[in-house]
Amino acid sequence: MRVVVDLNRCQGYAQCAFLAPDVFAMHGEEALLYDGQPDDTRRLDVLRAEAACPVKAITVEGAGATWAAEGAGVSDGG
Amino acid sequence: MAVDGSVERLRREGRIVVVGASLAGLRAAETLREEGFTGTLTMIGDEPYEPYDRPPLSKQVLLGRVPADHTALPRRRAIEAQWRLGVAAAGLDPTAKRVALANGTSVEYDRLLIATGVRSRPWPNELEAGLDGVFVLRTMDDATRLRHRLKAGPSRVLVIGAGFTGSEIASVCRERDLPVTVAERGPTPLSGALGSVIGDVAAQLHHQHGVDLRCGVMVTGLEGDGAGRLRRAHFSDGGTLDAEVAVVALGATRNTEWLAGSGLAAGPRGIACDAGCRAFDVRGIVTDDVFVAGDVARSPHPLFGYQFLSLEHWGNAVAQAEVAAHNMICPGEERRPHLWTPYFWSAQFGVNIKSVGVPNMADQIIVSQGSLGEHRFTAAYGYQGRVIAAVTFDQAKWLEFYQRQIEQAAPFPPPFTTVDRRTEGMRPVPAGFPDPSVPTHGPQVTVSGHSPTDQRVTFTPA
Ligand SMILES: Cc1cc2nc3c(=O)[nH]c(=O)nc-3n(C[C@H](O)[C@H](O)[C@H](O)COP(=O)(O)OP(=O)(O)OC[C@H]3O[C@@H](n4cnc5c(N)ncnc54)[C@H](O)[C@@H]3O)c2cc1C
Ligand code: SF4
Repeated sequence: MRVVVDLNRCQGYAQCAFLAPDVFAMHGEEALLYDGQPDDTRRLDVLRAEAACPVKAITVEGAGATWAAEGAGVSDGG
Repeated sequence: MAVDGSVERLRREGRIVVVGASLAGLRAAETLREEGFTGTLTMIGDEPYEPYDRPPLSKQVLLGRVPADHTALPRRRAIEAQWRLGVAAAGLDPTAKRVALANGTSVEYDRLLIATGVRSRPWPNELEAGLDGVFVLRTMDDATRLRHRLKAGPSRVLVIGAGFTGSEIASVCRERDLPVTVAERGPTPLSGALGSVIGDVAAQLHHQHGVDLRCGVMVTGLEGDGAGRLRRAHFSDGGTLDAEVAVVALGATRNTEWLAGSGLAAGPRGIACDAGCRAFDVRGIVTDDVFVAGDVARSPHPLFGYQFLSLEHWGNAVAQAEVAAHNMICPGEERRPHLWTPYFWSAQFGVNIKSVGVPNMADQIIVSQGSLGEHRFTAAYGYQGRVIAAVTFDQAKWLEFYQRQIEQAAPFPPPFTTVDRRTEGMRPVPAGFPDPSVPTHGPQVTVSGHSPTDQRVTFTPA
């Protein structure tokens, strides 16, 4: 599963780091570090973090929008 | 597509080609589908990877907390595109509406989006740049290589250039407990982007964390050993430094060479476009089927005197891509301007640095909250009596307030007294930007006039 955080929006409320500590971690007082591709077993935690973020800064890849579902592979342009 | 109803046809069965399959390209593709485009969508990217996120590369990836390939961007929706990855666009014929690819094939379009971004400026001496141990950091491959080398525990790392990327790399080195020297031509780190008043705070952060920071000095040469490995660097003050790894962080060059001869206003400063993301041609006439977004774009902003801004910011790539995509499939009266207020963040030495507006346009600065000495503050930037930007160190929550001040052209210095009534913030001082007549390696934001025919650039190492 894939995650990205809009760190322009993020205000370091640390809700995500509380709800999914394996995926999101504060670095210093306010800066956030995270894993953009957490293990699928963390899905529930990540979805909770996404929902809890007060500024809606977290994007989680929606179901059906995955690379595989698109059936597209890396091509050489041919 | 000028005839009535043709926009409807374009939305239904048109051909849209996106060159540059990264952040801006992906977000544009998603927006196109979101807004009902059902035609053919082709994504062309020269990197072999699907779109991934770059900001983590100089932070969590180099720190070793996350593998480099954990940065693929989430899709906001399925985009049903035809992907041409690992192949570069090599030319554009805007009359035939055709993009030529490096493998000899070509793709035709009804609308084209150019989102080819920038690349790291390499070390100017090719032989020295080729030494084992000399790196740049822009791509996932760059990050993988550098991370691997840092993990091996080099005796010393030299970072050339103390802009945001260089400073983040230095910070990572210290966190990994590696000895690191930073060489910066300017008076302080970040002085090109934030001015030397704030740059002084950045310098304190370097010192506090044990970085060997050397400002006002240029690296003049890199020296290898018999086996072609980097061994030593030479400085403009006559000094030398033994280092196993050097990271060249001297800013970026726009990926516009492939547009040579296309007639577009594309050059080393990017591709000029109007506020609706439509590219200009060299005659200064706006096109109606070629759009531009992201780091490669230069567009006029009414809030900042209609100057053409080139922004190398994540948020700008997203916002501009969304506007470009919308305008690509809308008739004239429904088009929107890209009026995004520049916003960016950086994280270094455990401090969250954020900025809104265009700091490097400013002449004065005032500390409006907190204190420089505590490395926790908000500084407002003024230009000719207006608030033009604000920067926070670990005080991000104030930025939104300043964004409104900037958008409303609020007076500078701000009429309100500082919230926490520190004496430091009572008086504006010069922001300390370098003299613009002296060449410098690019700050993160460049504001300049429009001269599409000026295709020459002379490189001066930082
Ligand atoms: C290490 C690093 C750290 C960063 N940190 C921050 C940060 O903390 N905050 C922030 O706001 N921003 C940050 N940025 C900037 C941010 O990543 C960029 O603004 C963003 O990636 C711009 O997206 P883009 O799609 O416009 O361009 P890019 O991401 O540069 O993508 C352009 C793509 O086009 C491809 N391309 C180029 N030429 C061709 C061609 N002829 N044919 C086909 N494909 C081509 C390129 O290979 C690339 O994949 C950072 C960037 C880097 C490198
Ligand atoms: S919950 Fe949202 S605002 Fe808070 S740290 Fe996480 S991403 Fe940032």
